[in-house]
Amino acid sequence: MTMTKNNDKIILGHGSGGKLSHDLINNLFIKHFSNSILSQQSDSAIVDINNSRIAFTTDSFVVDPIFFPGGNIGNIAVAGTINDLAVSGAIPKYLSCGFIIEEGMPFKQLEEIVISMAQDAKKAGVPIVTGDTKVVDKGKCDKVFINTSGIGDLEERNVHISLGDNILPGDKIIINGSIGDHGMAIMAARNELNINTHIESDCAPLNDLIADALSVSDNIRFMRDATRGGLGTVISELVAGSDYGIEVNQDKLTVHDNVRGLCEILGFDPLYVANEGKVVMVVASEDADNVIESMKKSPYGEEASIIGEVSYDHPGMAWLNTSVGGKRVIEMLSGQQLPRIC
Amino acid sequence: MKYIDEYRNKDIVKYFANQIKTISNQPIRLMEVCGGHTMSIQKFGLPHLLPENVELISGPGCPVCVTGREYVDRAIAYSRLEDVIITTYGDLIKVPGSSSSLEREKADGADIRIIYSILDAMLIAKKNKSKRVVFLGIGFETTAPASAAGIIKAQTASLTNFFVFSAHKVMPPAMESLIDEGVQLDGYIGPGHVSTITGKGIYENIPKKFNMGVVISGFEPVDLMQSIHMLVKQKENNEAKVEIQYSRVVKPDGNKVAQDMLDEVFEPRDDWWRGLGVLKDSGLKIKRKYHKFDAEEMIKVEVEELKEPKGCICGLILRGEKKPKDCKLFGKACTPSDPVGACMVSSEGSCHAYYLYNR
Repeated sequence: MTMTKNNDKIILGHGSGGKLSHDLINNLFIKHFSNSILSQQSDSAIVDINNSRIAFTTDSFVVDPIFFPGGNIGNIAVAGTINDLAVSGAIPKYLSCGFIIEEGMPFKQLEEIVISMAQDAKKAGVPIVTGDTKVVDKGKCDKVFINTSGIGDLEERNVHISLGDNILPGDKIIINGSIGDHGMAIMAARNELNINTHIESDCAPLNDLIADALSVSDNIRFMRDATRGGLGTVISELVAGSDYGIEVNQDKLTVHDNVRGLCEILGFDPLYVANEGKVVMVVASEDADNVIESMKKSPYGEEASIIGEVSYDHPGMAWLNTSVGGKRVIEMLSGQQLPRIC
Repeated sequence: MKYIDEYRNKDIVKYFANQIKTISNQPIRLMEVCGGHTMSIQKFGLPHLLPENVELISGPGCPVCVTGREYVDRAIAYSRLEDVIITTYGDLIKVPGSSSSLEREKADGADIRIIYSILDAMLIAKKNKSKRVVFLGIGFETTAPASAAGIIKAQTASLTNFFVFSAHKVMPPAMESLIDEGVQLDGYIGPGHVSTITGKGIYENIPKKFNMGVVISGFEPVDLMQSIHMLVKQKENNEAKVEIQYSRVVKPDGNKVAQDMLDEVFEPRDDWWRGLGVLKDSGLKIKRKYHKFDAEEMIKVEVEELKEPKGCICGLILRGEKKPKDCKLFGKACTPSDPVGACMVSSEGSCHAYYLYNR
């Protein structure tokens, strides 16, 4: 690993999903695990087994607090992995789960989490088929950490989606609703802030919404769930190194008032705040309205909208047309905006 | 959202942009001396809306940025003491010291806690009687009254394990010093929050001495565009005066209660500013009668030898003489996740704001 002054120790910023995380992944994990599938670095690995394509992914959840308005750590553990598979264009099939539990955790709380997971898995039609449990000494982890992995069935025609190979200038950028809800729900739920506001996490499994969108359009060219690092990070990652640019219109973004208010108080930019139920799609212009219409039929897509466009201008860069008529660059989140958000 | 949307109204912003274009004939350089303004100007992409002859430059308005490395080194030295808990606003923990940062000390096991109010620090002191709790008091007239209030409260509560390490500074000496040193300016966008406390009197010297306008501005796009318009108008009319654009918050005499608290607890001292050097009466020292809460007086530590980073031009940027893009390190060796200078650390720092929004 190239040693810079920050790299002789792991700091919280390495887990932020921003630039430090990217450096860590590239300079450590990819370097040593080195293989062609991993280096694609998409939401799910695309693997071939007996001539069928499988999407395969894993995610760990360490959110603090474990219960928050709109859900708990179990809900995001199930939704997060389902969403990672679905945005790769795959149909999620099976999940695994691994629990690391702190000694002394109330059984009732653990049960509530497990019930939430069971309900979500059932609703999404993706059973949890294997698991593991470890208990560690008090203080060695914080209540409970959960890992989920999942596999999904990927049709050949959808393989390009996770790579974004077919993106063209003129394509529309779509998101299925408001931004920043999950991150700000967690912030508001943390007692240290003493803020009285009710913000619900947007945590939701998106496999049905995505399957419906894929059924109305053969021209969905890219999908990613905008989790840690928010919409801004997805957009800037997408555009980095590409031969097209992206323009996002701030006045097309939905930010709920309570989320905006808390962001204002804390100095956060909603563009970089985590979501747990949002997918960003790049869709051919002629199909964009169909996709929006299909999303709006889902309870998780009522506020879906076209927020921007792929352009020939400024290749490799994403610009935000601000709501007051100004312009600014959309950069990747640097450092940690919020720790332990998922 | 009420009280925000009105000040982010596209049509009103456009109206002021047109007005500025119409009335401004001469080149004009305006400096914002508040980090909140820098952030807002970049976040809303306002330079894009101004004619070429109107130039905005960022001044020394980010408290973290103007704080010297010695301060960070000393805070790090405190954090290495077994019985000390450091409490700080979040900005400071990433600022590089001579050989470490609070963030790295935290990863190494030092007890460093990010808080949102000095009252949280006092609570930590009450709960940890066997520890000494040091609050890193940083900021201008805006945050200094809160530190003063905390110290008065600590006195009333007879806390014996609570200390403030003051890097508090006051703004006017820096504003005058920049012009004295020959930085070419035509006006100041005056700091909204500082002025809420101080009122407008503290800037009266600037028009008198330097024939230059000051407009105290709010933080929303409409506020800033209107303030720029007011400054352009002053310049075109050959006027120089202190005006308040942010009148919904800033009163001419400021907040008397907060001013009294500052006077009660702090006294002026000469202080070192990154980029500006030592400025007379620009810092706030805790008065003798409250010395038992003064970390500098009460906690002795050995501080490592000061090392300044090579190639960093934070100082010139803070003086408005260079822009972040002029720095060789900008965006390469120096990024928000791996900063060399403090201007890249704080969300209010010019380099950080430029990095995020204007590369």
